[in-house]
Amino acid sequence: MEEKTLYTVTIFSENRVGLLNQISIIYTRRKLNIESLSVSPSSIKGVHKFTITSFSDRETIEKLVKQIEKRIGVLKSFYYTDDEIIYQEIALYKVPTEKLLEEPNLEKIIRKYNARILEMSRDYTILEKTGHPEETEALFEDLKCHDIRQFVRSGRVAVTKDINEYVTMFIEERKRDKEELM
Amino acid sequence: MSEKITGAEALLRSIEAEGTDTIFGYPGGAIIPVFDRLYDHGGKLNHILVRHEQGATHAAQGYARVSGKTGVVFVTSGPGATNVITGLSDAMMDSTPLVVITGQVSSESLGSDAFQETDVIGITQPVTKWSHQIRTADEIAWAVSRAFYIASTGRPGPVVLDFAKNAQNEQIEWNGYKKCEFIRSYIPYPEVNEDDVDAVAEIINAAERPLLVSGHGVMISEAEKELVELAEKADIPVATTLLGLSTIPSAHPLNKGMLGMHGNVAPNMATNRCDVLIAVGMRFDDRVTGDVKEFAKQARVIHIDIDEAEFNKNIKADATILGDAKAVMEKLLPKIKKTKHTEWLDSFVDDEQLELEKVIKKEVYPITGDLKMGEVVNKISEAAGETAVLVTDVGQNQMMSSRYFNYFIPKSIVTSGGLGTMGFGLPAAIGAKIGAPERPVCFFVGDGGIQMTVEELGVILQYGVAVKIIILNNNFLGMVRQWQDMFFNKRYSQTPMVNPDFVALAKAYGIQAEDVVTREELDGAIKRMMEYDGAYVLNVKVEEEGYVFPMVPAGSTMINTIIAPGEKYQPEN
Repeated sequence: MEEKTLYTVTIFSENRVGLLNQISIIYTRRKLNIESLSVSPSSIKGVHKFTITSFSDRETIEKLVKQIEKRIGVLKSFYYTDDEIIYQEIALYKVPTEKLLEEPNLEKIIRKYNARILEMSRDYTILEKTGHPEETEALFEDLKCHDIRQFVRSGRVAVTKDINEYVTMFIEERKRDKEELM
Repeated sequence: MSEKITGAEALLRSIEAEGTDTIFGYPGGAIIPVFDRLYDHGGKLNHILVRHEQGATHAAQGYARVSGKTGVVFVTSGPGATNVITGLSDAMMDSTPLVVITGQVSSESLGSDAFQETDVIGITQPVTKWSHQIRTADEIAWAVSRAFYIASTGRPGPVVLDFAKNAQNEQIEWNGYKKCEFIRSYIPYPEVNEDDVDAVAEIINAAERPLLVSGHGVMISEAEKELVELAEKADIPVATTLLGLSTIPSAHPLNKGMLGMHGNVAPNMATNRCDVLIAVGMRFDDRVTGDVKEFAKQARVIHIDIDEAEFNKNIKADATILGDAKAVMEKLLPKIKKTKHTEWLDSFVDDEQLELEKVIKKEVYPITGDLKMGEVVNKISEAAGETAVLVTDVGQNQMMSSRYFNYFIPKSIVTSGGLGTMGFGLPAAIGAKIGAPERPVCFFVGDGGIQMTVEELGVILQYGVAVKIIILNNNFLGMVRQWQDMFFNKRYSQTPMVNPDFVALAKAYGIQAEDVVTREELDGAIKRMMEYDGAYVLNVKVEEEGYVFPMVPAGSTMINTIIAPGEKYQPEN
């Protein structure tokens, strides 16, 4: 059996109620666990973008993407391995300020991770770090001894390395199809 | 010109504008406003009151499959809606266009666990092509036009509109109805790629042992003529899937029969010997392929289908053409060279002879012993004539009737293929007769399946639907019994049945009926049934331990075909 790879699936859809459910049941039916998920408006007006990561093999993910694209309301769907995209996630860390100030290498850590301080109060400090999961994870490890109260990570966002913008092309093509009909 | 009407009235005007004249349904609290308006649409909209909502969906499926039109269903919320799930799943698997309107509680009550509220969108999304909740009256025309467009175009399928009660009652300005012709995210008829056609034509023209497989897609796209033309031009033997039966007449010399678990030996074996397999409008169901790793592994596989997600799903294709079967055939035909494959076609004869001797003669022309299912089907098919529609239930009755019925014209079979729904048959037969009133409808069913939806006999009573019902009664859940016999040491767990007096039951519904027990009684009973102007039930006592053969065991390969109890297929040479 093929070894499992982390695949990033991107989906461009109309902004309609119920699409997330339709997409997630396609994952569930194939017993694919969703590792991360982020949904937001895309750069194209009225078009939403889903970015979903999951461990799978190529054949399964290829079939999954075809099934997703079949749903009414889904414009286009693609799948990528990590080397085909630039991707980031964001992490926030809430640490008691008192504990943080005990850290002799605080400056070094912040520099090393290129982390930012978003807020600092008498009680707690909020740090922010963007990067790959292993980077945000590493900062978490370094801060662990300072009694981290909260640590949250976002889903992945990703852009492709490919020069072609297939979704824009598709939407333009469909616009022409519509005009021909009218 | 606009006028004020209610949402319920808007729904009826919308479906009328789509050309609907028949609705299968069942009223209830959350859909009463629609049924109230229906009262005034009697001349245009013919509503068939079923006896259970599942029956409404299957009847609509039967209606859609024979007429090519979209089947329309009205049911209420809650249990009315949950009762249509089996029909929706069946229609999804077998690509049948349905628009199912479910009543729903008022928008303000949604999510409050109101009386007869259920999450219809959540439940139906996995088993429909599209499902949408109508919460305001002004979206009705939009939603209905999309529903019909989505259900009936491309690869057809079921659509649900969940119609909140407040939207049924709301008043709106009616400005007429416009059919949907375009949805940005949905391309029902992809343009056929010429390069793909060229590549496929080249493979077919170079083939020495080509095999054409005709599926349901050929029937949906009405490409039967073109398919037969292709077969004749390049002299290619044709096999059909279960749902592809009647896409080529039974008697056509190039028709080699049905593929699959209970298909014909010759075409099944040919999948292991052909050098090119051309699949049109089919999806390589596991009941067709058996073990996918072994299926046609020596062949170059050409897959022609309208649904891109079917390519490489079960069987890897060497070449594909995406598109409607008819559009593809029209482009492909001029590029196909006229040729002969005499030797290849002759190679089918041994297996055909073997099946005739070992299976068909015993099943269709027995001389002694109890009545056989195959002989009953064959005689009824002969009596029913060339325009007859076969409707089946699921199980041995389905395999026997689909194998031994004779097909002359397209759209002559209605059966539950993908989902294999017992109880499908009776309501589907009713729908088929209503959809094709001029054609005789012969419905074969087992003693088990008839009891799953037997309540629909009430529809026959109420509307005088002239369906010929043949119960192949062996007092067993026959197909499961066959598996228990062959693979579970004859441990007949929960398959023997104590049955009611079916003739008395039919008569209680005012339906003519008679028992047939002996071979001598059969011809006369069939004659009386076919000549009778109206519905008729024949309760035929067939041998208890009948088997459907040949049989490719589940997940196995063609070469392991079982031909008779304890006897494996042995090639002639």
